Amino acid sequence: MTELLTLSGVETHIGRYHILHGVAFGVPEGQTTMLLGRNGAGKTTTLRTIMGLWRASSGEIRLGEKRIEAMSTPDIARAGIGYVPETMAVFSDLTVKENLVLAARDGEMNQTRLDWIFGFFPPLRKFWLSRAGTLSGGQKQMLSFARSLIEERKLLLIDEPTKGLAPAIIGALIDCLKEVKRRGATILLVEQNFRVAQEIGDAVSVMDNGRVVHSGTMAALAADEALQHRLLGLSLDTHQ
Amino acid sequence: MSVTDTDVGAALPKMRADYLPLLLPVALALVALPFIPSGSTWVTLTIAGLAMGMMIFVMASGLTLIFGLMDVLNFGHGAFIAIGAYMAALVLVPLGGWMQADSVWLNLAAVIPAVALAVGVTGLLGLAFERIVIAPVYGQHLKQILITMGGMIVAEQILYVFFGPQQIPLPLPATLRGSFMIGEAAVEKYRVVCVVVGLVVFLAMLLVLNRTKIGLLIRAGVENTEMVEALGYRITRLFVGVFMAGSALAGLGGVMWGLYREQVNAAMGGELLVLVFIVVIIGGLGSVTGCFIGAILVALATNYIGFLLPKLALVTDILLMVAVLLWRPRGLYPVTSR
Repeated sequence: MTELLTLSGVETHIGRYHILHGVAFGVPEGQTTMLLGRNGAGKTTTLRTIMGLWRASSGEIRLGEKRIEAMSTPDIARAGIGYVPETMAVFSDLTVKENLVLAARDGEMNQTRLDWIFGFFPPLRKFWLSRAGTLSGGQKQMLSFARSLIEERKLLLIDEPTKGLAPAIIGALIDCLKEVKRRGATILLVEQNFRVAQEIGDAVSVMDNGRVVHSGTMAALAADEALQHRLLGLSLDTHQ
Repeated sequence: MSVTDTDVGAALPKMRADYLPLLLPVALALVALPFIPSGSTWVTLTIAGLAMGMMIFVMASGLTLIFGLMDVLNFGHGAFIAIGAYMAALVLVPLGGWMQADSVWLNLAAVIPAVALAVGVTGLLGLAFERIVIAPVYGQHLKQILITMGGMIVAEQILYVFFGPQQIPLPLPATLRGSFMIGEAAVEKYRVVCVVVGLVVFLAMLLVLNRTKIGLLIRAGVENTEMVEALGYRITRLFVGVFMAGSALAGLGGVMWGLYREQVNAAMGGELLVLVFIVVIIGGLGSVTGCFIGAILVALATNYIGFLLPKLALVTDILLMVAVLLWRPRGLYPVTSR
C-alpha cells in the first residue's frame, strides 16, 4: 500500500519543552489511520506539526513525494490537507454559510457537494444564516467537519471529533467519515474512543511520551486485549 | 444515519440583538439637553461633537482592526496621523490660491490631490512600517510598545527636520468656511462635511467587512488567525493589507483634523494617540462599530462637559472609559477575546 503521508524522525519543541521525540509512522493512501494514545502522548502536537502550526525542529514529513515540514501552514493546506482541530475553531462571529464560503477557498461552493454534506448534517442547512457562535457543541463539530469537506482534500487530519458529543451526533460523524473514506479520501484521526477507532480505523499508530510505540492494523489491535492494555492502559471494556 | 434536528436540540438560542451601546450617544445627548441653556447651543454642540467623533473614528478605525486582527499594539499610529496632515499641507499650501477661490471646483482641485497624496503616502509608509518595524516583533507586546513608540518619535523628529518646528497654517477651502443656520443654531459647513466623510468611511468599512471575502477573512482572522492559515490563506498578506489600510485611514483622519484646526504640527499625532486608544478600548478591540460608537461618545461627552464644566473636560475621556469598562469590561462590542 502506498503511503500518502510519511513522518520520520520528527522532533518538535514548544518553547523549552521537547514534545515529539523522533515520531515515525506512515498513513496509507485511501485508508483511515487512527492515532491513539493517552492524554499528553503527543497526538495533537503531531497533527499540528504536520499542519505546520508548530515547526518540526528536525525530521522529515512527506505528503506523497513532497517534503512539507518546512512549508508554511497555508501552503500545506493548499497541498491538499484539511484540518479539523480539537477545539473545532469555527469562526463564531461568522454565519454557517460564511464559515463554509471561507473554507471553499478557490471559488464558489459546489451545490452538489453542499447537499451531500447537508445529508449528513441537516442542522447546517437549517441554521445556514445563523452565527456559528450560537450553535451547540455538536453543531459546531458538524460545521468544523463540513469546512474540511467542502472541497476535495487528499488528506484529512481530524483531532478528537467525538469528544463530549451525544451518541447520535457521533453516529452521524462516523457515517460521514465512512462515506468520505469510500470516496477515496485518506484520513488521519486522533481518537480517544476505542469503539469509534475500531469501527472506522484501518491502520493504527499508538503514541506514548512523544514517540510512536506501535504501528499496525486496527483489526490486530482490536483483537489483542493484552496489547491494548499495555499500549493504552485500558481494556476494551473500559473504553466503551 | 444522519442527524435529525431533534438529535441536536432543534432550535438555536435566540441571539439577542445588542442595541444598548447604539443608544448611548442618543441617551447622552438627551441627558445633556436640560443642562444646556438654549436649544440652539445644544444643536451646535451636538453637531460639533458628531463631527469631532467622525474625525476620531476615521483615525481610530484602522487601529482597532490592526489591534484586533494582528494583536499589535501600534503606538506609532499617531505618526501616520501627523504625516497625513503634512502631506496635505505639501499640496494645499502651494495651491493656496485655489483654496481661497470662491469656487467649489477649484477647492476640490486642491483638496482631492492633497487627500490622495496623504492616503497614498501613509498607506505606503504603513507597508514599510509593518515589514520593517512590526514584523520582527509579532506576538511580543512589550517590544511592540517600545519599537512603535520609538518609531513615532523618529517620525516626529523627521517631520521637524523636513518642515521645521513651526506650525504650518492649513486654511479651510473658501467654500467650506462659514455656517449654515438651523433655526437659531449655527452649524459650521466643514463639520457637516466631516460627518458625511465619517459616515461614508464607516459604511464602506461595514460593506467590505460584511459583503466581501476579504472582509470575511479579516473578521475570521480577528477571531482565530491560526485557523485562517489552516484553511490555506496567507494571513501575512492580510496583515500587510490591513496595516496599509489602517495607516491610510490615519492619514485621512490627519488631513481632516489638520483642516479642522487649520494648522498642522509634528506633535499632533502624539497628542491624538491617547484619545484614539481610549476610543478603541471603549469600542472593544477589533470592533469597527464599537469604535464608531466610542468615538461619538467621547466627542459628545467632551463637548458637553467642556461647555458645562470646563475644568472637568480634561478628564472626560478617562472617566468615560472607566464607566464603560465598569459596565462592559471588554468594551462596547468586543470581537476578539484577547
